[in-house]
Amino acid sequence: MTLFNARVTVTLKNGVLDPQGKAIEGSLSALGFAGVEQVRQGKVFAVTLNADSKKSAIQSLNSMCEKLLANTVIEDYAVEIVA
Amino acid sequence: MKTTVIIFPGSNRDRDMIAAITKISGHVPKTVWHTETELSSTDLVIIPGGFSYGDYLRSGAIAARSPIMDALSNAATQGIPIIGVCNGFQILTEAGLLPGALMRNAGLTFVCREVKLEITNANTQFSSRYGQGEIIRCPVAHHDGNYFADEAVLKKLEDNSQVVFRYAEGTNPNGSINDIAGIINEQGNVLGMMPHPENLIEDAHTGDDGRRLFESALGLVA
Repeated sequence: MTLFNARVTVTLKNGVLDPQGKAIEGSLSALGFAGVEQVRQGKVFAVTLNADSKKSAIQSLNSMCEKLLANTVIEDYAVEIVA
Repeated sequence: MKTTVIIFPGSNRDRDMIAAITKISGHVPKTVWHTETELSSTDLVIIPGGFSYGDYLRSGAIAARSPIMDALSNAATQGIPIIGVCNGFQILTEAGLLPGALMRNAGLTFVCREVKLEITNANTQFSSRYGQGEIIRCPVAHHDGNYFADEAVLKKLEDNSQVVFRYAEGTNPNGSINDIAGIINEQGNVLGMMPHPENLIEDAHTGDDGRRLFESALGLVA
């Protein structure tokens, strides 16, 4: 077993309205940040887990996303091993 | 008539629901804690409103993975009527017992007010005491009531008349797609709705427009 540090990013799917992202976008413009095209808000999970291999760690994380971390009706997810 | 109310940590409309069912049916519902794994013989299961698990992760997400949910899922398959109100609706969608998802209100604020609902399908076991197209009053109180489903799911819901309640014109409080306030599953025995019919059942509530929903579901003569 090896200890892996993973980062799971969950974001709203394209086409799903993100009013929080919109509000942040408006606030950035108000602060004078020019050129901001779009802001989409999401969630990041730092998961530390034991697994036999990097491959099985990723499999397990994908399954966590499907079952709990993301609501795949409205959200996409990305899994990445950081260490 | 045996009714069951499931309670999760953070449920807070359970007492309102129990009071409403008791007043309308004359029977006190049984309460079941989320860690239980069985729903003994029951004719109607209700998931009340509230903020189960503090809305952590997503509203209803953690509750939808509670030990009691396997039993609820079995009850749904067996055709036992199930009603989820507010957080109950969120839990039912998170559990996959109803399609779609409930997102943060489009206006980003918590809304607590009265809306008007149109009965868009009076031909269900939950709405049979209403008239088709009837407009009723109903309170809402939520932060995540913005119903969303993709085009294919939405088309199916509309084609099958699974939208039971719609916010009447100009009263959509949360940006829900197609003004959807409440839906049933394909089988017709699972209802989810954001508004709170249990809070409008008697004169003390200033009206009883919500009462007929329970009379319909309980099979009572109005």
